[in-house]
Amino acid sequence: MRRLVTDTLIIAERNVVRLKRAPELLIGFTVQPIMFVLLFAYVFGGAISTPGYSYIDYLIPGIIVQNIAFGGFATALGLNDDVRKGLIDRFRSLPMSRAAVLAGRTLSDVVTNTLSMTILLITGVIIGFTFQTTFLDALAGIGILLLFGYSFSWFLAFLGLLVSSPESVNSVGFIAVFPLTFLSSAFVPVASLPDGLQQFAEVNPFTIVVDSIRHLWLGGPNNNDVLGAVIWSLVIVGVFAPLAVGAYRRAAAR
Amino acid sequence: MATTSDRPAIEVEGIVKHFGDVRALDGVDLVAPPGQVLGLLGPNGAGKTTLVRVLTTLLKADSGSARVLGLDVVHDAGALREQIGLAGQYAAVDENLTGLENLTMVGRLYGESRGQAKARGRELLERFDLVDASSKAAKTYSGGMRRRLDLAAALVARPPVLFLDEPTTGLDPRSRLSLWAMIEGLVAEGTTVLLTTQYLDEADRLADTIAVIDHGKLIAEGTPDQLKDRLGGERLEVRLDDGADTDAAVRALTAMSDEPPSCEDGLLKVSVRQRRGSIVEAVRRLSDVGVGVDDLALRRPTLDDVFLAFTGHAAEADNEDEEEAA
Repeated sequence: MRRLVTDTLIIAERNVVRLKRAPELLIGFTVQPIMFVLLFAYVFGGAISTPGYSYIDYLIPGIIVQNIAFGGFATALGLNDDVRKGLIDRFRSLPMSRAAVLAGRTLSDVVTNTLSMTILLITGVIIGFTFQTTFLDALAGIGILLLFGYSFSWFLAFLGLLVSSPESVNSVGFIAVFPLTFLSSAFVPVASLPDGLQQFAEVNPFTIVVDSIRHLWLGGPNNNDVLGAVIWSLVIVGVFAPLAVGAYRRAAAR
Repeated sequence: MATTSDRPAIEVEGIVKHFGDVRALDGVDLVAPPGQVLGLLGPNGAGKTTLVRVLTTLLKADSGSARVLGLDVVHDAGALREQIGLAGQYAAVDENLTGLENLTMVGRLYGESRGQAKARGRELLERFDLVDASSKAAKTYSGGMRRRLDLAAALVARPPVLFLDEPTTGLDPRSRLSLWAMIEGLVAEGTTVLLTTQYLDEADRLADTIAVIDHGKLIAEGTPDQLKDRLGGERLEVRLDDGADTDAAVRALTAMSDEPPSCEDGLLKVSVRQRRGSIVEAVRRLSDVGVGVDDLALRRPTLDDVFLAFTGHAAEADNEDEEEAA
């Protein structure tokens, strides 16, 4: 167990150090989210009506959740790369904890997610976002975001090990993640969606997570969203962590 | 570092591994004594890499057993990993980390402290002539530098047994020579090395024992000299001035050999009974019948000849050639 913890931290540290050397990745975590905030706030925002909220208040929780979902792409791409370049073989020939490669990878996403969330919050505050709840509630919201981001990284870890190239990681990943984030309450009220999409959006975990953040940051209605967000996070880890570990074994045995 | 007991460093018994319908390993038995280099020689797809992956615990065999330093590759996998180093076909280094960061990470994953791992990393960078590049990201390294860093990573924990899977494939001649010298240095310190290669000169230079493997089967084993001797003795090779003289030359030289001389592409090959005096005798016999000689040489069989004789196809044949030969 101690081995798992130290090895996980070593692998996570490796992934974070890598970021410094791959500035194009860092741009994905920093500049790109800011562009999206400005795009939605000033281009689309005027045309979207969000009863009870200013659009910027409404937008920030949604766009942070979307960014955190895409943050896991670092895991998917990184693992894919490690398999193709033979690094997984090296790790597996070392007397290290077997689970640490995946656990370290997903853990390092928490670091990048914290970074992109901070940048988005600062951008949001600059353009007019305000917390309307207590400090503790705001903190709880941040906790839920990081928990959900961590669990979603396991889904992307599975994806990264399943497909053969970084190009397919990107295309398959986009096809999976885009509808999940856009067909939710992240950018528009669910009630404004047409029949069919509306029902999908209501049960979409992204809606539940976004609504839980709106509750914790803006004092919106709860409807068990906070509990729902925690349960969904645990379910996603529970399903995709074993799947990812299985895919890791198979990928390494190729 | 070296094992002092007489126990073999590597023992392989009847290892079988299938990938779908393909028998990648078809009952291989192998023994490597400690402190020596065992060269595993075979064409692409012969099963060399599969065997290395079984021995380094990356892959489970379907049947058979294998031990490294007496540790079973399945039951004692954890303890075994403490004793081995692996440098694979790809230089398995993190391109976004520097040379020193790569080695430090590997050292820490072996359980060393950060300070210990860093000190060992510096020592290895010096040994492998990478000091100048130690704080540059590995993606800026040349192919030869990456292989050296990969080999250094395999040596972080001073493993008594080292597995090198085609360590010089794709390297330029100068990098190959320097890597060979480094491997020889390790062996001199007592490390046991299992080396796979498709280069005969590499096996000839580095290996104490060679195992020739093809289609997942061990087809010959011995020292380079033993393998060459099994092909018979010295061979005289004669290139004639005029190809039209071939028949006359064959008649003139037949008495020097137990087997009829062969002729391929204008090159006449005669297996001679004894080395001494055979060049002089051949020249005399040919000049007696008035045949002009362009070039004449006496040579021992090379491992290329060994390979051709045992596998029925040339050494670096790709798949198409193998099909033609089959």
